[in-house]
Amino acid sequence: MLSFVLRRLGTMALTMLCLTMIVFFLINLEPNLKKLAISQTEMHTSAEQLESWLVNHGYRQNFFARYGQWLGIVPKQPVTDPATGKPAQRFSFCNDPVVPTFSGILQGDFGCSTKFKTTVASKLFPALSATGILMLCVLLVMVPVSLLIGILAGMREGSRTDRTLSVASIASTATPEYVSGVIFTVIFASWLGILNGSAASASQGITFYNFTLPVMTLAIYGIGYIARMTRASMVEVMTQQYIRTARLKGLSFGSVVVKHALRNALIAPFTVIMLQFPWLLTGVVIVEVMFRYQGFGYTLVEAAGNNDIDLLLGCSLVSVFIVLITQLISDVGYAFLNPRIRVQ
Amino acid sequence: MQVEYIGAFNIVLGVLARFWPVWVGLAIVMGASFLYKKKLGLYGQLFDSGVGIVGVGICLFWLFTAIFASTVAPFDPLSQVPIMKDALPGAIEPKSGLIYLFGGDKLARDVFSRMVYGSQIVLIIAPAATGFALMVGITLGLPAGYYGGKIDTVLSFLANLVLAFPVILLFYLLVTPGIMETPIPYGLAGIFFLFPIIFFSVLFWTRYKNRPDRLYILLGLTLILGGWVYAGLVFDKDPLKIIHIDPNQLNIFVAVVFASSPGVFRIVRGLVMDIKTRDYVAAAQTRGESPWYIMLWEILPNARGPLIVDACLRIGYTTILLGTLGYFGLGLAPESPDWGTAIKDASRLLRSFIHPALPPTIALMSFVLGLNLLADSLREQSMKD
Repeated sequence: MLSFVLRRLGTMALTMLCLTMIVFFLINLEPNLKKLAISQTEMHTSAEQLESWLVNHGYRQNFFARYGQWLGIVPKQPVTDPATGKPAQRFSFCNDPVVPTFSGILQGDFGCSTKFKTTVASKLFPALSATGILMLCVLLVMVPVSLLIGILAGMREGSRTDRTLSVASIASTATPEYVSGVIFTVIFASWLGILNGSAASASQGITFYNFTLPVMTLAIYGIGYIARMTRASMVEVMTQQYIRTARLKGLSFGSVVVKHALRNALIAPFTVIMLQFPWLLTGVVIVEVMFRYQGFGYTLVEAAGNNDIDLLLGCSLVSVFIVLITQLISDVGYAFLNPRIRVQ
Repeated sequence: MQVEYIGAFNIVLGVLARFWPVWVGLAIVMGASFLYKKKLGLYGQLFDSGVGIVGVGICLFWLFTAIFASTVAPFDPLSQVPIMKDALPGAIEPKSGLIYLFGGDKLARDVFSRMVYGSQIVLIIAPAATGFALMVGITLGLPAGYYGGKIDTVLSFLANLVLAFPVILLFYLLVTPGIMETPIPYGLAGIFFLFPIIFFSVLFWTRYKNRPDRLYILLGLTLILGGWVYAGLVFDKDPLKIIHIDPNQLNIFVAVVFASSPGVFRIVRGLVMDIKTRDYVAAAQTRGESPWYIMLWEILPNARGPLIVDACLRIGYTTILLGTLGYFGLGLAPESPDWGTAIKDASRLLRSFIHPALPPTIALMSFVLGLNLLADSLREQSMKD
């Protein structure tokens, strides 16, 4: 088991290295650098001035040197001030060092956000915790509801309840966040007026009034999928011999479902729920933009829209990390829950 | 000048009447399918269940809407009639006397016509991108599953690499206006569009190796047609000027294929690993058939059931992805009538007007729902056998 986890962690590190390098390459393409230089300098700057801005801020160093600096395995060089010729800070608003130091991801330095004029860490982590709260609420709604629907549908395969719930869950998987968000806003904010169509005020204080719509919108897309998986797993368990034996012993249907079937039927949905995180990530971006909630997704869109290199790199590092770690947890957890599986 | 309105009942009647070519088409196809459903194999079996009928009905509805878009839509999707700005549903356009059935949007365009024309964009890009993703996934998944070993390790690692990318981040990196100045989208397009040609060439080569009369015709056709489409799509140098794709659309296309082919790869690989242990594969190996013959003519036909179901789901998923792209204003032109862009535009103004938001959302939802129902019913029917 330990060697399995260690090997997986090794693959994970390799994947992250490759992915960050790809992201680093794509963000630092020539047109993107141009765009950054234009947005960071005043209007109507000539091509030479743009070029000198890029050189002065260290964007013209060798690709691998810069990637190494970002990673923290190559010392970060301070830039030379063209006026005085002395080493100077790259970005004054981030307290960059003036002597060469190892200062990258491995040292815990995420770099400097050019859009928000602050360090990436001070922007990224509050956003992450805001999104964490949102995710937590979504999971608290999504998991119980979808498991309940799945179990009720899978309990008696082919019954009227099963048909109705299955079609309902198919319908919910056909509703992406930007569709359900619009429909919910129309119904609950425009017509009924009982909920707030914007979650911008949620950063000050979360209330039922401003937080229900984002949570609902985000949960609905996942509910259908998890419910269908739970149903499939439940249907399979209900045809097993031991369920028939329990029924023939004279146990009531309810107690057979709760005591015998449920435990075995819930192993598969665990994996599905864990693997749902990457999908939630895309949903989070849509929902946070739609409801103006200042979280991780909002930050990612801002960073991408303004070509904020370090911030976008930080965002992608976090999201890739979440995807990979949930995959690992789902594999290890599955082996734990299901004694029939043995990892080699 | 005062804009006049018609009542709600007349709007419903008007919408139903505008769709008349679609109803005719639906009636003919559905009627014929009902009559001959015994002879139509898996497709005919779909008509045995209510879910299947609804699924086929919705998909055909949007297919016909896309085909007859110019007849169904009363207005041009881009033309603006200033007086109709933010007009409510049922407003009568004074000049032509035609009706803005679902009202006008903030740029005074007809919401109904835009929804109808939007179906064209979705129904061209989504199935085509899914088709290419299937080609890429199958061509790479077959050897990965069949040979295993090093090929499998490398290809699976690459697939997992792409799958570990959150889709939205991938789009923000790959579908930007800036990237069109670099050779990256064209390079990717050059690689992806090569796969169908390789696939069909190998397909015919393995089958008709010993029958040159057939082989040369089929190979020639593949190479000529494939090369023609390839030249048109990748280099935009179609000698006949028929096949042309906007750089923007090419970029979207490539990004969508890139995002969804690893999923197909994984499914194909899993199916091949399962099927290659069957007796008929062992029989083919004993006969001395070449590995690619076994993969393409023994394993692939037997994997078609799950692949068809997956293709249906995937077209729906691609539609959602296109909507996401439109919603974030990536790739598609800002005035494009596709559903995602329309939802984005309308959702900004939900506080004042809700009518421009509903048609595209319901259209997108119903199309994806139809595909999902179709997939579900297909899965059920193929499990019965």
